[in-house]
Amino acid sequence: MSMLARTLGRTFFQAAAVRRLHVSAALNVDDATYNANRTTCTLIPGDGVGPELVYSLQEVFKAANVPVDFETFFLSEINPGLSAKLEDVVASIRKNKVCIKGILATPDYSNEGELQTLNMKLRTELDLYANVVHVRSLPGVKTRHTNIDTVIIREQTEGEYSALEHESVPGIVECLKIVTAKKSMRIAKFAFDYATKNNRKKVTAVHKANIMKLGDGLFLKSCEEVSKLYPRIELDKMIVDNTTMQMVSNPNQFDVMVTPNLYGAIVDNLASGLVGGAGVVAGASYSADTVVFEPGARHTFAQAVGKNLANPTAMLMCGTKMLRHINLPTYSEVIQNAINQVLKEGKVRTKDLGGQSTTQDFTRAVIANLH
Amino acid sequence: MAARFIQRILKQLGFQAARDAAPESTALAGATFKAKINTTPAASRGYASGVRKVTLIPGDGIGPEISAAVQKIFTAAKVPIEWEAVDVTPVRGPDGKFGIPQAAIDSVNTNKIGLKGPLMTPVGKGHRSLNLALRKEFNLYANVRPCRSLVGYKTLYDDVDVVTIRENTEGEYSGIEHEIVDGVVQSIKLITEDASRRVAEYAFQYAKNNNRKKVTVVHKANIMRMSDGLFLRCVRETAQKYPEIQFEERYLDTVCLNMSRNRAKYDVLVMPNLYGDILSDMCAGLVGGLGLTPSGNMGLNGALFESVHGTAPDIAGKDLANPTALLLSAVMMLRHMELNSYADKIEAAAFAVIAEGKYLTGDLGGKAKCSEFTNEICSKL
Repeated sequence: MSMLARTLGRTFFQAAAVRRLHVSAALNVDDATYNANRTTCTLIPGDGVGPELVYSLQEVFKAANVPVDFETFFLSEINPGLSAKLEDVVASIRKNKVCIKGILATPDYSNEGELQTLNMKLRTELDLYANVVHVRSLPGVKTRHTNIDTVIIREQTEGEYSALEHESVPGIVECLKIVTAKKSMRIAKFAFDYATKNNRKKVTAVHKANIMKLGDGLFLKSCEEVSKLYPRIELDKMIVDNTTMQMVSNPNQFDVMVTPNLYGAIVDNLASGLVGGAGVVAGASYSADTVVFEPGARHTFAQAVGKNLANPTAMLMCGTKMLRHINLPTYSEVIQNAINQVLKEGKVRTKDLGGQSTTQDFTRAVIANLH
Repeated sequence: MAARFIQRILKQLGFQAARDAAPESTALAGATFKAKINTTPAASRGYASGVRKVTLIPGDGIGPEISAAVQKIFTAAKVPIEWEAVDVTPVRGPDGKFGIPQAAIDSVNTNKIGLKGPLMTPVGKGHRSLNLALRKEFNLYANVRPCRSLVGYKTLYDDVDVVTIRENTEGEYSGIEHEIVDGVVQSIKLITEDASRRVAEYAFQYAKNNNRKKVTVVHKANIMRMSDGLFLRCVRETAQKYPEIQFEERYLDTVCLNMSRNRAKYDVLVMPNLYGDILSDMCAGLVGGLGLTPSGNMGLNGALFESVHGTAPDIAGKDLANPTALLLSAVMMLRHMELNSYADKIEAAAFAVIAEGKYLTGDLGGKAKCSEFTNEICSKL
């Protein structure tokens, strides 16, 4: 037993030494600079196909020699026994300021009888209030609509996801949707700032204020107020049911969209479906000082676990977004170009895009195109 | 005594008179009347002449034109229906609030069946949405919207054939909201077991009666664990009573994603209020907009069929509107009244005209006027 441990230990040690030697030789710098130039990023593989996708991402990062180290935490609500503690994960993200996250499955009931899901807790803890999903038509992905380029900004700390519910008497359940002026203003400001920074012309506020006059009314009023500070950007208002109808029939009219929590989930998924599905859209959740990158349409794709057929594009694009965020644009571009190249060639396509290739094939193809 | 009186009238004058007499007579008479409704087969339920009365609410904007078009087609098809047009423009009631006129309410309550064009809700304070008022008044608990791709009107999505069934009385639209402190609003989504069961039961009945294979419940019980959880549980339990119909549970976001990619997966969808509102409009978007999709509201005191598009004030009175949605709603109504042969005939004629593509209205990319489109359907009957 001890011998085995020793042997293993030696092997690891050697591997580490070799790698260190190799890298430092390439960079030709000493250890201190080496460490200073590297970024640590928290990594949450997630449930379903998450671990497979994350593995693909790590392979690509390794092949591209990206100076990023991952701090991996397995966080899961459906596997509570294996899950890391939320505090540890939160502490790690606070420290690193960046995180890449797979999708966490949320069961319909919790083991502790809690109403809050793990996702909600993580978002509340870190105050990840703005979810940004950039939905874009990709080269080589055949879809009905072309040239879609929409950014959906979703408030994700209140609204329907407040987890405040009670059964007043048996058979009568009340579920509270909370809308506050403070958080509505904050998300509206985020959306307009985003539009300004990215040269966008229009922000569409999605609401249902004709029915929820006070709740969604407050959200809408906040958007209107904030929009006055940004005279160059147009504010458009659209009722959520009409939005979904417009989205499937004429999606090109949308530029930046700002939505309360639930409507955001709906629009995100709908828009993702238009450009090729959950496997190709990346997203990010922002707080004032941390960013969590995760696929834009949140599906664990549990039916494909271990089958090696999920599309890693969304996860890889989370990676490239992250690299841009931590100011490593060159690495980001190299990987993004490789992904685009593989998609455009269309030889290696995963099942969701009508091909027969595996996750691994796709990853290898991306690696082969890194240059 | 009163009962005997009622029965005599029933024999002599048929149903209509009995119903009018019922409110004045005793509870016993009410019971007789009720039994009559439940036991008589629908086809022979009619009056002496076999003609049945239907309340017609023409609506605002393009409403009157498209209602006239439907009436014309029905006359051409010799449908045994007599229209009773009512106006629902709000009047000030004794309580000082604006509401639907009593005459309109009475008409629907007597006829049990109504057809309604688009209504405009006046902007400003103190006006409740008229649609909402009608829904409350007649306890319209389930909204049914079949969405099917039409031959002859090409959209990016083909072979859409789904039916959305939406709980229509509670949920997010309960209208219970308050501002707790300045800048903090609490809206209450109300889910009750009774309403959930009622709509679930309706959905499975609908699937059975219309030869549908599968019912999908759309929910978000992973986030709203108690409220949507309750809804989900009710549908689940109802599903066990219908083993012949396939049943599945899907998250709202999954359905959205799959709908915009590949709709063939779904058949009948049943869901709470808000999700239904969103998905039904989205499905309409898949097949070409609200101008083509019919809608029916099932209630405890009757059923109201309507077109769900807007009043289109910009083209009102210009003979440019497309009556298809209202016509298909009327066809749904005929099926509900078990006048299937007329329904099939009118539907086939309408589809044939659209498939031919010669007389399409402006919204479908044609140049025909509403009246030309209508005449063409009449000639195809």
